[in-house]
Amino acid sequence: MSHYLEILLTSLFMENMVLSFFLGMCTFLAISKKINAAAGLGCAVVLIQVITVPINNLIYQYLLKQNALTWAGLPGLDLTFLGLLIYIGVIAATVQILEMALDRFVPALYNTLGIFLPLLTVNCAILGASLFMVEREYTFGESVFYGIGSGGSFLLAVVALAGIREKMEYADPPAGLQGLGLTFITTGLMALAFMGLAGISL
Amino acid sequence: MPETKKELLLNPFFQRNPIALLVLGICSALAVTGSMDTALVMSICLTLVVAFSSLIISLIRHQIPNTVRIGMQITVIATLVILVDQILKAFFYDLAKQLSVYVGLIITNCIVMGRAEGFAMSHAPLKSFIDGLGNGLGYAFILMTVSFCRELLGSGTVFGYEVLPLVNNEGWYASNGLMVLPAGAFFLIALIIWALRTIYPDQQEKE
Repeated sequence: MSHYLEILLTSLFMENMVLSFFLGMCTFLAISKKINAAAGLGCAVVLIQVITVPINNLIYQYLLKQNALTWAGLPGLDLTFLGLLIYIGVIAATVQILEMALDRFVPALYNTLGIFLPLLTVNCAILGASLFMVEREYTFGESVFYGIGSGGSFLLAVVALAGIREKMEYADPPAGLQGLGLTFITTGLMALAFMGLAGISL
Repeated sequence: MPETKKELLLNPFFQRNPIALLVLGICSALAVTGSMDTALVMSICLTLVVAFSSLIISLIRHQIPNTVRIGMQITVIATLVILVDQILKAFFYDLAKQLSVYVGLIITNCIVMGRAEGFAMSHAPLKSFIDGLGNGLGYAFILMTVSFCRELLGSGTVFGYEVLPLVNNEGWYASNGLMVLPAGAFFLIALIIWALRTIYPDQQEKE
C-alpha cells in the first residue's frame, strides 16, 4: 500500500505535471484567469486521467506489448509502435463518451465541465500521463494511482495560478509584460517553489 | 489579408510567432530546451511534422467530412509522428531516449493542430506546406534561442563544446544553476515575449 501512496504523492508534488514536466501548458495558461473555471477544468482533467491511464495500461499490457498477443496465437508480435495512435484514439473517444454521458445523466455537472471537455483531447498532460505510464512500466494498480496523482497535480497547479492571477489584476507591469509575459514569470516562481518539495523522500 | 509565399514563410518568425504571440506549443518548448542537441532534434521533428501534415491535410481537405475533421487531422498527425519516432529510435537511439515522451507529444502540440485546422483546411497544398514550414521554423527559432541561453549559462557549453570554462574544471565561470532548472525556461520565455512585444507594440494585451 505504501508503494501506491508513494506513486500518488510523487506525481502530485515532486513530479508535478505542469511545473516540472511542462505538460498541459496551453490549457494551463489559457484557462487560469478565473478560479472557478480553473477548478472546473482541473476536475475534468482528474476525471479523464483516472479513466484513460488505466484503460491505456490494459491495452498496452494485453494488446501492444511484445508477446502480449500470445493468447491469440500470435507470439512474438510487438505492436508498441502503434501506441501513439491508439492512446490518442482512446483519449478522444473517452472524452466524447464522457461528454455524452454527462449531458444525459448529470446535466448540472455537464454545464460546469462541458466547455472544457473537448479541449482536453489535445491537452498534452493527458497523453503525457499515458506515455509516462508506458515508459515506467506501471502495473494496473499503479496506473490507477498515477492517474489520480497526475490529474491532481494539474488541478493543484491551475487553481494556484488562477488565484495568483486574480490578485495580479491590480498590478501595473510594463506594457510588454502585460498578460502572457507576467504569467510566465509567475509560473516560473511557482516552479521554483515546487522545487522545494522535490527534497521530500518517502 | 492575402499573403505572398515569402511572407507566409517569414512572418511566423517575429510578427506572428506561434509561441510568443499565439501561445501555442509551449509544453515541449520548455521541456526539451535544457541542451541544444535535444532542442535541435525536436525543432527538426516538429518542422517536418507540421509541414507535411499541413500538406497532406490540404491535399485531402475536400474529401474530409466536416463532422469528423478533428479525428482525421489527429490521425494524419499521429501517423507522421509515429514515422518520426521510429526513425529516431532506429538511427539516433540515445537522443530518442533523452527526448523520452516529448516526441510522442508532438501529436498534441497545438501548433500542428492549429495550422491544420486554421490554415490547411482552407488553402491550397503548396501554400499550406510553406505555412507549415514557416511556423515550424518560427517554433525552432524560439527553441534554439532558449536552449542556447540555458546551455551556455547553465553549463557553459554550446552543443556540448565548452565555451565558458567552469570553475569545477579550473576555469573562471561559475555556472548559473537556475538556468538548468525548469523555472529558468519560464523566465527566458517571459523575457523573449517582453522583447518581441516591445518591438511590435500591436502584440501587447490591453486591459
